[in-house]
Amino acid sequence: MLRWAGDPEGGAPFVEADPSRPDRVVGFDVEVADLFARGLGRTPEFLNVEYKSIDQSIARGDADIGMSGIEDTPARRATLAVTIPYYEFREVLSVRDADAARIRSLADLRGKTVGTLGGTIAYEILLRAQREHGLRAVSYDDDVHPYSDLLIGRVDAVLLDNVLAERRHRTMKGLTILPQTVAVGHYVGLLSAQSAPLRDSLNEILRTSMRDGTLERIFRKWDVWNDDQPQLYARLLAGEPVPAVTGLDASANVATMTRWEAARRYFPSLLRASAITIILSCLSMGLAVAIGVLIATGRVYAGRPAQAALTAYVELIRGTPILLQLFVLYYGLAAAIRLPAFVAALLGLALNYAAYESEIYRSALEAIPVGQLEAARTLGLSERQVLTLVRAPQAFRLALAPMTNDFVALLKDSSLVSVLTVLELTKQTQIFATNLGSWVIPGTLCAALYLAMSLPLAAFARRLEQRWRTVRP
Amino acid sequence: MNDTVLDVSDLHLHRGARPVLAGVSLDVRRSELVAVMGPSGSGKTTILRAIAGLERFQAGRITVDGIALAGGAAIPAPTLRELRRKVGMVFQFHCLFEHLSAIDNVCLAPVHAYGVSPARASQRALQLLAAFGVEHRAMAMPSQLSGGEAQRVAIARALAVDPPLLLMDEPTASLDPERRAELGALLNGLRRQGRTLVIATHDEDFVQEWTTRVVRLRDGVIEPAPRSA
Repeated sequence: MLRWAGDPEGGAPFVEADPSRPDRVVGFDVEVADLFARGLGRTPEFLNVEYKSIDQSIARGDADIGMSGIEDTPARRATLAVTIPYYEFREVLSVRDADAARIRSLADLRGKTVGTLGGTIAYEILLRAQREHGLRAVSYDDDVHPYSDLLIGRVDAVLLDNVLAERRHRTMKGLTILPQTVAVGHYVGLLSAQSAPLRDSLNEILRTSMRDGTLERIFRKWDVWNDDQPQLYARLLAGEPVPAVTGLDASANVATMTRWEAARRYFPSLLRASAITIILSCLSMGLAVAIGVLIATGRVYAGRPAQAALTAYVELIRGTPILLQLFVLYYGLAAAIRLPAFVAALLGLALNYAAYESEIYRSALEAIPVGQLEAARTLGLSERQVLTLVRAPQAFRLALAPMTNDFVALLKDSSLVSVLTVLELTKQTQIFATNLGSWVIPGTLCAALYLAMSLPLAAFARRLEQRWRTVRP
Repeated sequence: MNDTVLDVSDLHLHRGARPVLAGVSLDVRRSELVAVMGPSGSGKTTILRAIAGLERFQAGRITVDGIALAGGAAIPAPTLRELRRKVGMVFQFHCLFEHLSAIDNVCLAPVHAYGVSPARASQRALQLLAAFGVEHRAMAMPSQLSGGEAQRVAIARALAVDPPLLLMDEPTASLDPERRAELGALLNGLRRQGRTLVIATHDEDFVQEWTTRVVRLRDGVIEPAPRSA
């Protein structure tokens, strides 16, 4: 058996669920995997792994080989084993038709926003261009939303390989692929560092298939064959070395640095991402508290219809995943309101946490004994004064500890907004780890930064709890 | 001059189908200390709550120092506001505001509901606390007060807006005999100053010793009863 890992979410022509039999996968990577298995005399078995986790999955030994449009990079060569390339692609820019005359290269994108798939060579190129050309790089978790956001104007260009660009170009109207090649890269099979013997066998199978036209048949079938491939095969069969990437200076790549040097290089970006995390968390918590107070007050004091509507809101939010809510807010509503990513992230977290906060406040308000409210009324306080002078201040004390816990939870849940292209701490760590080919240092730094933010809060909550406890019987 | 501070006539109050008060009439004059007695569930507390404007009643009429509440409809807000100046209530469990110190409990209503300046309200609160022997506890939080202290603070709180009528629900329930006598003396003092008091209680001994009159409730009506000592 030959276990191979891929991500069917990436879709055709790489790996996708067979439309007629959704339990099976099809695509050129599937056929190359079949080729490998046949050559080894084994049966192929597909393992579904998220694209950005394929490296870690292979390093762990979940599968023998990873293939899903996996790019050859210096980092992968340094930390894992890669086969010889079996396909050459070009990194190309896509823009809206209206901009095609004005934009010719990355240098024309100063001050503009450019999207791509995270953890790819294209993203590395954009980060470099961010410094050199003053554009803004935005990383996505998939290769469809960069193009849909390009169409609606959230980004001004998308840099991705020509296979992905051409596929989108066929299904979306209004996009132009610029002729200039930004960089040249290759798809390879990915193996663990210990699998060099297996890698050598696979390389032999690839060379044979290059010679006898099997690979050409596969790529023609999936409509991605072009003149670049015979030239690549000729160089490989002649024994010429093929660099991982052409057009991106690899000397500054973190994989070639020592771990500590890399950590030192990345630390400022982790700190910046921490700032995003803490700012986003504080703002969304503030908003969640305000909305939560309104919901709770409404549920305790308002009339039946308003109560029913607020209860429905709370149950809807609590009963559905926050990830879904973020997607709907950012992508689902894009046709109606085009929220900037940070605003969508802020609103999504705030609206979600408001539902939970409102439940805390509601139960806190209801925990204040009726006798106190009646005592306040007999003293001549108005209903509003009963709420603001007697009920709410006591409810607030009850709510403070659970609120602080929620704030710590929000701090960590804020990592979810990376799906909306917001570059917060977890996402930045992931990028760091992908480029470095290891999670040890990035993971440790990331955990330390989260703890540095959450521990003071936890301590604050404990202190308050102790203080209230000495006052209450 | 009309000396009647509280006039309850033919008060009917039911909760769902269950009658709680079925035609109660009661007349209390200035400087009286009237005890409403009766078995548990006879409606003692409910009468006090109705007088304090905390219960809607279906029929009858309650008049407190010229402010009239009519049965049937909800009490209009302006009437309720006037009533609050006339009636103070001390609950069985005192119901002090847990987040405020003793003196702040007393000052809350004068400052926020009646616009008294905080300085004057504090001064008056300290006088009241001193009169009841708890001024040394002015800065204590309610959870730090004993049952007797909390009750005195609650009385001071109810009197801070100077109502002519003071209602107390089961005032002796949590007091030992010594404290009970102190409370009796305190209430008697208030009565002598011209305050009118109505208490709901089970406590025969306390009633015999300190009140001016007893009315007994049974099955939602007042029993014809001889005057107590």
